[in-house]
Amino acid sequence: MSRIESEIGKPQGGLMKWIDDRFPFTETMKYHLTEYYAAKSFNVWYVFGVLAMVVLVIQFLTGIFLTMNYKPAAADAFASVEYIMRDVEWGWLIRYMHSTGASFFFIVVYLHMYRAMLYGSYKKPRELIWIIGMLIFLALMAEAFAGYLLPWGQMSYWGAQVIISLFGAIPWVGDALVEIIRGDYSISDITLNRFFALHVIVLPLVLICLIFVHIVALHEVGSNNPDGIEIKEHKGANGIPLDGIAFHPYHTSKDLVAIIVFLMIFCAVVFFAPEMGGYFLEHANFEPANMRATPEHIAPVWYFTPFYAILRAVPSKLLGFILFGLSVVLPLFLPWLDRARVKSIRYRGWIYKSALTVFTITFVVLGWLGTMPAEGVYVLAARILSVIYFAFFLLMPYYTAIDKTKPVPDRVVYHG
Amino acid sequence: MTEDDLDGNRRHFLAIATAVTGAVGAGFVAVPFLSSLQPSARAQALGAPVEIPLGFLEPGEMIRVLWRGRLVFVLRRTEDMLGRLGDHDDSLKDPHSENAEQQPGYAANETRSRKREYLIVEGSCTHLGCAPIEDFDVRPADGWDGGFRCPCHGSKFDLAGRVYTGVPAPTNLRVPPHRFVRDDLILIGQDAAA
Amino acid sequence: MGNLRRFASLLALSACLVATTGHASVDSGHLEDSGIDPGDIHSLQRGARNFMNYCSGCHSARYVRYNTIGKYLELSEQQLIDSLMFNAEKTFETILASMPTDDAARWFGKAPPDLSLMSRSKGADYIYNFLTKFYVAEDSATGVNNLMLDGTSMPHVLWELQGYQAAIFKTHESEDGSVTTTFEGFEQISAGLMNAEEYAGFVRDTVNFLAHIGEPIRSDRRKLGVWVLMFLFFFYIIASMLKKQIWKDVN
Repeated sequence: MSRIESEIGKPQGGLMKWIDDRFPFTETMKYHLTEYYAAKSFNVWYVFGVLAMVVLVIQFLTGIFLTMNYKPAAADAFASVEYIMRDVEWGWLIRYMHSTGASFFFIVVYLHMYRAMLYGSYKKPRELIWIIGMLIFLALMAEAFAGYLLPWGQMSYWGAQVIISLFGAIPWVGDALVEIIRGDYSISDITLNRFFALHVIVLPLVLICLIFVHIVALHEVGSNNPDGIEIKEHKGANGIPLDGIAFHPYHTSKDLVAIIVFLMIFCAVVFFAPEMGGYFLEHANFEPANMRATPEHIAPVWYFTPFYAILRAVPSKLLGFILFGLSVVLPLFLPWLDRARVKSIRYRGWIYKSALTVFTITFVVLGWLGTMPAEGVYVLAARILSVIYFAFFLLMPYYTAIDKTKPVPDRVVYHG
Repeated sequence: MTEDDLDGNRRHFLAIATAVTGAVGAGFVAVPFLSSLQPSARAQALGAPVEIPLGFLEPGEMIRVLWRGRLVFVLRRTEDMLGRLGDHDDSLKDPHSENAEQQPGYAANETRSRKREYLIVEGSCTHLGCAPIEDFDVRPADGWDGGFRCPCHGSKFDLAGRVYTGVPAPTNLRVPPHRFVRDDLILIGQDAAA
Repeated sequence: MGNLRRFASLLALSACLVATTGHASVDSGHLEDSGIDPGDIHSLQRGARNFMNYCSGCHSARYVRYNTIGKYLELSEQQLIDSLMFNAEKTFETILASMPTDDAARWFGKAPPDLSLMSRSKGADYIYNFLTKFYVAEDSATGVNNLMLDGTSMPHVLWELQGYQAAIFKTHESEDGSVTTTFEGFEQISAGLMNAEEYAGFVRDTVNFLAHIGEPIRSDRRKLGVWVLMFLFFFYIIASMLKKQIWKDVN
């Protein structure tokens, strides 16, 4: 981070000077807020980064208060959740905010990633931001998975049983690995306790570090925009990008509106539909874990289902596991798979537009298929769509290279 | 005023309005979180009044019971013990129970109890909370009339739970709210019939 | 806005596919609507009485406190003690079954499940159908079977009220030799103390109560939600005005 050495614009006396002499407070405010310039043409797709931070704060706050009353032992966990719902003052609200927040985290993060695919935000010089982002996504999946075991309901137990068993598919080390993850010969009280430690301490710390680094990397190169233009290429006499406006107060005031709209949707769910038809709080999870009986219909929580559908589509356990892992990891390589000279979809040809459209439908339908039993026509559909999913990435170097792009303007397109 | 000035004023006003609304919203959000720290329904259930039958308690005997997780002594004093209560007022910090926080009104008397015989006090030294130990033997040579001694820092209390001078404990042992449901049955944790 | 519209329509299209599947959890036949009205306090009170009299012998509701029921159903402490509390002394206690669980598991083959959350895991409609669809089955230990849960260990506890009914099944053999059995309907064998409509009302009240104890806070949560959304809307207006004012000088 370049240090702003000049004294211009810094407090000359008083408390602020005392602080600034000992801590880069004003510098940091300038670098990251009042003198961080981002394009004025940000549209709604640019709101999901800050919304992800809002959800992170919600999860932290509600999580802390849940931890005060939750008991991470197999004998007590389920009852402690009901204790929170019924006996703890406002416990029900804290619990619903946390469960809704978990689902909304993925909605927001998926849309945040989709923005990158629309506007080429993973392309040079932002590849590292994308890589860190993918690591955040992986950490988030692990965090959600660990968290889901904690209520110790039927779906918690059996969902974990299925997913952890997957790792047994790895040759040679598989079985030992599974036993190490579980800490026991089957999922038990021991597993629950360690997943609690993972969910409350380890993964949140990892997430915080990664998110910090993610934002530092972003601010180093500057934000992208819907036209995919590098605004730093056209600066005014004062060194400020012509198409840029200061993050504070412009983007902060705009993001505040977006945050409030988000909170309205979030609260509508929390107060009127926290179960969301069984997708946010699954019906089977209102029964305590029973090691003797598996629920009729096991599926992971909705946000894992696209990848789960791919896993199930493959008839071999090992190959299924490999392709499942690949499907999660493949987007990491987008900066290098995408050979187009332009960043934004606005200036790409029909090939990429069609490909992305097909990919979007594929992803959503795969997600739905993941909630369905693996029978009949669903199996065939999942197989076809899995092939399409992989084709989107693996054929990308080819079709993005031949795609006929449009000329990119010099300056951003903004219709005040 | 120029148009810019008007704009600036409006912006200033709106910024304040937004900040105030946000602060109010934050206050609303804080309420459930902070309220959740209060004793829950289960704590209240577990903290409910406790019934103690007294039929089996002989004079001179003491039992220890738990109310809200706290130790309570129930001592059935002998006439002898009661007779000695008036002997050492000068050695006590608060002989007439003037500190209203240490007992309900009905226990602000010579015996610090509702019924003369029965002393009901929390077994928690008013210094730093250790459980005092019974020492009912009378040792005139030591000037000891019988009472309680705290093992942690040496505080001493008499047979009405009143604290002696010259010890670290500042106040008399607390008398919890209680009532006699019948002559042989007390309810600790409740003053009056609901 | 082009991408947003395109994305929204893709999402809508995909969502349509998903929506058509519904989220049914029933195997056999059509699930009748329970028709419960959570706002009907008298129905809930009757349901509470029904539950304590007929269900709490074997089924606990271990997360539900009597005083919570009293608060939501507008029952005084004395009413709770007189009418609802059979094996509890204090109103802060939770509803425990009279029958010891281990014994129940041995006698019935399966311990009667706790009912605190049954309405959230199986749904009010399922429970309503379960309680109305017992039928006579000679080969069963309890003498009955149930259309919702084949081979259930639960006896027809409410037989005095509903009476007994027989289930009529028809078998069809298809071309490839496979045999399918379909349920055709019920036939009343012996009458109970209630007619069909009265019994349905009885079950409805009971299911209403079960749905209530599944989530007692439900009505409060919805009421609060209205205020929260109103506040947020007001906040939205102010914040939008501020944003527009600040962005005025962006050309």
